[in-house]
Amino acid sequence: MKVLDRKLLRDLRRIWAQTLAIALVLGCGIMLLVAAQATQRTLMATKTAYYDRHLFADVFAPVSRAPGAVAGELAAIDGVAQAEGRIGFYAVLDVEDMAEPAMGRVVSLPRDVAGMLNRPLLRRGRMPDPDNPDEVLINEPFGRSNGLEPGSRFHGILGGQLRELVVAGWALSPEFIYTVGPGALMPDDRRFGIVWMNETAAASAQNMSGAVNEITLRLSRGADARAVRSAVDQFTARYGGTGAYGRDRHPSHAFLDGELQQLGALATYMPPIFLLVAAFLVNMVLTRLIALERTQIGLMKAVGYTTGEIATHYLKLAGLIGVAGVVLGSIVGWWLTDGMLFIYQEFFGFPFLVRDTGTGPMALAAVLGLATALLGGARAVWSSVRLNPAEAMSPPAPPRFSRGRADRFISWLALRQTSMMILRSIIRWPGRAAITLFGVSASVGVLVASYFLFDALEVMTDSVFTQSNRQHLTLTLGDSAPEIAVTDALTLPGVMQAEGGYAVPVRLIHGHRDRLSALQGHYPGATLHRLVDDDSRPVELPPQGLVLPEMLARTLEARPGDMIAVELMSPPREVLDLPLVAVIQQGLGQEAHIAAPALFEAMRMAPRVTHIHLLADPAQMDALYAEVKRTPALAGLSDWAEVRRQFDDNVSENLLMMVTIYTIIGVLIAIGVVYNAARIQLSERSYELASLRVLGFSRREVGYVLVGEMMLLTVLAIPLGWVLGTWFAEGMTEALSTDMVYIPFAISRRTYALAAIAVFLAALVSVLLVRRRLDRVDLALALKARE
Amino acid sequence: MRSKPDSSGPVFRAEGVTKVYRTGAVAVHALRGVDMTLSEGEMVVLLGASGSGKSTLMNILGALDTPTEGRVFFRDRDLTRASDRQLTAFRRDHVGFVFQFYNLVPSLTARENVALVTEIARNPMTPEEALERAGLPNRMDHFPAELSGGEQQRVAIARAIAKRPEVLLCDEPTGALDSKTGVQVLEALAQVNADMGTATVLITHNADIQRIADRVVVLADGRVIRDEVNTEKIAPAQVSW
Repeated sequence: MKVLDRKLLRDLRRIWAQTLAIALVLGCGIMLLVAAQATQRTLMATKTAYYDRHLFADVFAPVSRAPGAVAGELAAIDGVAQAEGRIGFYAVLDVEDMAEPAMGRVVSLPRDVAGMLNRPLLRRGRMPDPDNPDEVLINEPFGRSNGLEPGSRFHGILGGQLRELVVAGWALSPEFIYTVGPGALMPDDRRFGIVWMNETAAASAQNMSGAVNEITLRLSRGADARAVRSAVDQFTARYGGTGAYGRDRHPSHAFLDGELQQLGALATYMPPIFLLVAAFLVNMVLTRLIALERTQIGLMKAVGYTTGEIATHYLKLAGLIGVAGVVLGSIVGWWLTDGMLFIYQEFFGFPFLVRDTGTGPMALAAVLGLATALLGGARAVWSSVRLNPAEAMSPPAPPRFSRGRADRFISWLALRQTSMMILRSIIRWPGRAAITLFGVSASVGVLVASYFLFDALEVMTDSVFTQSNRQHLTLTLGDSAPEIAVTDALTLPGVMQAEGGYAVPVRLIHGHRDRLSALQGHYPGATLHRLVDDDSRPVELPPQGLVLPEMLARTLEARPGDMIAVELMSPPREVLDLPLVAVIQQGLGQEAHIAAPALFEAMRMAPRVTHIHLLADPAQMDALYAEVKRTPALAGLSDWAEVRRQFDDNVSENLLMMVTIYTIIGVLIAIGVVYNAARIQLSERSYELASLRVLGFSRREVGYVLVGEMMLLTVLAIPLGWVLGTWFAEGMTEALSTDMVYIPFAISRRTYALAAIAVFLAALVSVLLVRRRLDRVDLALALKARE
Repeated sequence: MRSKPDSSGPVFRAEGVTKVYRTGAVAVHALRGVDMTLSEGEMVVLLGASGSGKSTLMNILGALDTPTEGRVFFRDRDLTRASDRQLTAFRRDHVGFVFQFYNLVPSLTARENVALVTEIARNPMTPEEALERAGLPNRMDHFPAELSGGEQQRVAIARAIAKRPEVLLCDEPTGALDSKTGVQVLEALAQVNADMGTATVLITHNADIQRIADRVVVLADGRVIRDEVNTEKIAPAQVSW
C-alpha cells in the first residue's frame, strides 16, 4: 500500500466520528433511494408478470343485460384481442360465528377456465365442479380471515334466496389485488370477499340465463384504447352499458398504481435533500481537515508531489466517506426493501414476487452517493491545494476581523465578550454558519413534513367520520328503491333514525372533456350523512344545479355558470343538462352533488334511494344484523365504527412506521450537521478556548462559547425549517395524492413544535458530546500548538 | 534530467532576486536584489537576523516560491520561467528540504515519512538506508509523536536525502533543538555532504554554526552584506552554543 494511502486510512480512523456522522446522513438518502426504487421496481415487475400470466383485462364494460354472444361481436372491434362476457353482482353473505353480515362480489366462472380473462390463481383446494351449482372459489384473504377452509360451508343471499355454498378452493386474482367492498374505505378481508361461482349457478341466481352483465376485453398491442372504449360504449348502449372503463379506473389497479406512484414520489423527492446536506457536510469537514493539514500539503508539494496527486489524496478521503455512506445506505436499504416487500406482499396478497435484483438502484445509489461526496469534497480540495508550498507551510494569517456594520451593531449590544466571540465567529464565517443553518433547517423540515401526515390524517378522519358520516350503518341497496324504503328501514330492530341518499354513476361532459364519476342526490335536512368542505363546514346545497369539488371542476375545465352534460350511466340512461352553480373546496371527494328534489325533477321521476343511513341502538345491533342478513334487497352494509377501527389500524400502523423512519432520519441529519460543525469549531478554536481557560474562565464559561454558537444557529434554523417543512409538506400532498387517496394539506402547531423540540434536543446532545472534549484539551499543549 | 555534476559550473545562480509580499495595503520587501551562487558539493551557511530574508531566499532557490523580480538558475535552467509542473518535477528530482519544525506527517511512522519521498523519486535509496545515514537506524517504526525533537529532525534529514538530491536546503534545522541534539543533526548533515557530495545550504541565525561551512553568506534587510569563504572549517562536534 502506498504511504499516502496509509496516511488516508489513519486520517479516517482519527476522524471516524465525523466520518460516521456524514456517512449516516448520506446513507439515509441512499437507503431511501435504494429501498423505494427496489421496492417499486419489484412491485412493478410483479404486477406486470401477474397481469400477463393471468390475462388481466384492459377494458371493463358493465351492462344491464346482454346476450352471451355479445362478447364474440365485441371481439371483432379493431384493437380487441379477446372479449368475454360474465355475470357479476354483490350479495350479502352469512358466515358462521360472525354476527354482522359480510359482503361478497360474485363473479361467474366459465366451464373452461384455461385461457379465460382475469383467470383466478388456485391457492388451495380445487376448482369448483362445473356441474355442482353450490361449489365456489373464494379469495384467499377472505377464506383465511374467516377460517373457511376448502370443504367448509357458508350462506349467501343469491337472487333473493338464502343458499348454502361449499368452498372448493381458495384463489387470488390480478383483478382483486386490492378489494374494497361497496361503501367501505379500506380493504376488510373478513367482511368482504370474492366468490367465483359456476356460470350456470350465477346465471340462475340472477335470472340471467344465456345473458351477461359485464364484458371484459383485452387489447392487442398498440391498440387505441380510447377508440376501443367508445366503440364498445356505442355497441353496449342498447344493452344498458354504463360506460366502458380502462384499468386506470379499475379500483384494484388504480389503487395499486397509486401506491406505486407514492413510492416513486418517495424515491424522487426525499433522497436529494439528504444528498445535498451530505455534500455540504463533506465540504465542511474536508475544508477544515485540509486547513489543518495546510503544512502537510505544503510539505508534500515541497518534496515534489504534484497538485493533482495531492488533490487526489484528499478526494479519496471524500470518496471513502461516500463509499461508507453508500455501503451503509445500501445494506439498510436492502434490508428495508425486504421489509417493505413483505408488507406489500401481505397487503396486496401477491401470490409471488418478481424480485428486481437488478443492480439498477444500487448502481444509481452508488453513483449519486459518490458524486455527492466527491462534489462536496472537490470545492474544499480545489481551494486549498492551489496554495504555493512556501505559503502553505507558513502559519495562516490570523482571520481578519473587521468592523463592519454588523459588527458595530454587535458592539452596540454591549454583550459579554464570550457572547461577542459567538456573534463575531458567525459573521466572520458566514458560509459555514449558513451550512449549519441549512442542515439544521433541513432536518426540521423533514420532521415537519413527516409529522404533518398525522395532521392530514386527523383532518381526514375528522372530515370522514365526525363531520360527514355520523350514521352507525349504511345500507347499500341492490337496486334503487322508492323513498318509502327509508320509512320501512325505521321498522328494523333498534333503528332510531333513517335517512335516504341517492347515487348514480354518471359521465360528466364539459366541452371536449369528460369524466366518469358518481352523482350524489342529497335529501334536504339530512343530518347523518352530510356534504362537508375541507374546513369541515357542512355545505348548503343550492336548490338547483350541480356542485363540484374543485379538483373535478378543474379536470373538466368548468366554472360556475357553465352547463354540464350529465350522462346517467344507469336507467333511465338519459343526458341531463345541468348548470354548475358552485365549486367547493373538498379534497376528499371526486363526486358531483345536487339537491335530490332538483335531480328527480330533472329526471322527471318520483324520489328514490340507493342508500339508507341508520342511527341504531348499539344494544340491538345483533338483532339488526340478523334481520339485515335476511334482506335480499341489500347489496352492502357498512358499519362505520368498524370502518373507523379498520381505518385507524391500517393507516396508523403504516403511518407510524413511516414517521418513525423519518424521525430517525431527521434527527440523524441534525446530529450529523451539528456534531461536525461543533468538532470543527473545537479544532479551530482550541487555542482560543484554551487561552480563555488560562485567563481564568471556567469550563462552563468556555463551553458556553462553543455550545452557544451551535445552539444560536439551531434556534435561528428552526423557523427556517418550518418554512422548508411547510414547503416539503405541500410537495408531499401533491406527490402522495392519487385519484384514490387525497392527502389534505394541514399542519398543526403541535407538528411545528414537535419538530423544533426534537431537533433542538438532537443538536444539544451533539454539541454537548463535543463540549466534553473541550474538558480534555491539554491547556499547555493547546497553547504551544503552532498555527 | 539528472546530469553528471559539472564541477566547474555553479549548481544555483541567483541574479538580482527581489521578493515583495503584499498583505492588504502593506508591501514588505523580503529580498532586495540578491545575487548568489552555490557550487557543486559546497556547504554554505546563510546567516542573518530574523526577517533578514534568508528563508525567503531559500524558498525561492528550492522553487517553493517565486521571486517578484530577478532570475534563478539551476545549472542552466531558468527556474523563474518554469511552469508549476516543471517546478514540481524539479523539487521531486533535485532538491531535499529540512525545516526547523521538521514538518513530518504525524500519521506516518519514521519509515513511512521517508517512503513518502522514495515512492515518487527516480533513483532513491531505501528508507532504511536513508534513516541509517541520518543516524536513526533503531526507531523506524515510531510515529513522530513518539520521537524526540532531534530524532524527528533526523527523520526529516533522512527524508530529504533519500532521493539522492543534488542540493539540500536546510532552514534552521537546529532552531528547535538544544545544543547537544543540534550538534548531532549538524553532524548528520555534514556526513551527507561529505559522503554524497550534496551541495548544502544551511540557514541559521546562530553565528557559531557558520564555522562548519565552506562559505558564509550574510543577509541583512533583504540584501547580501557579506559573502566569504571560511578558511577555518571545523567539524560539527567542535561547535557548541
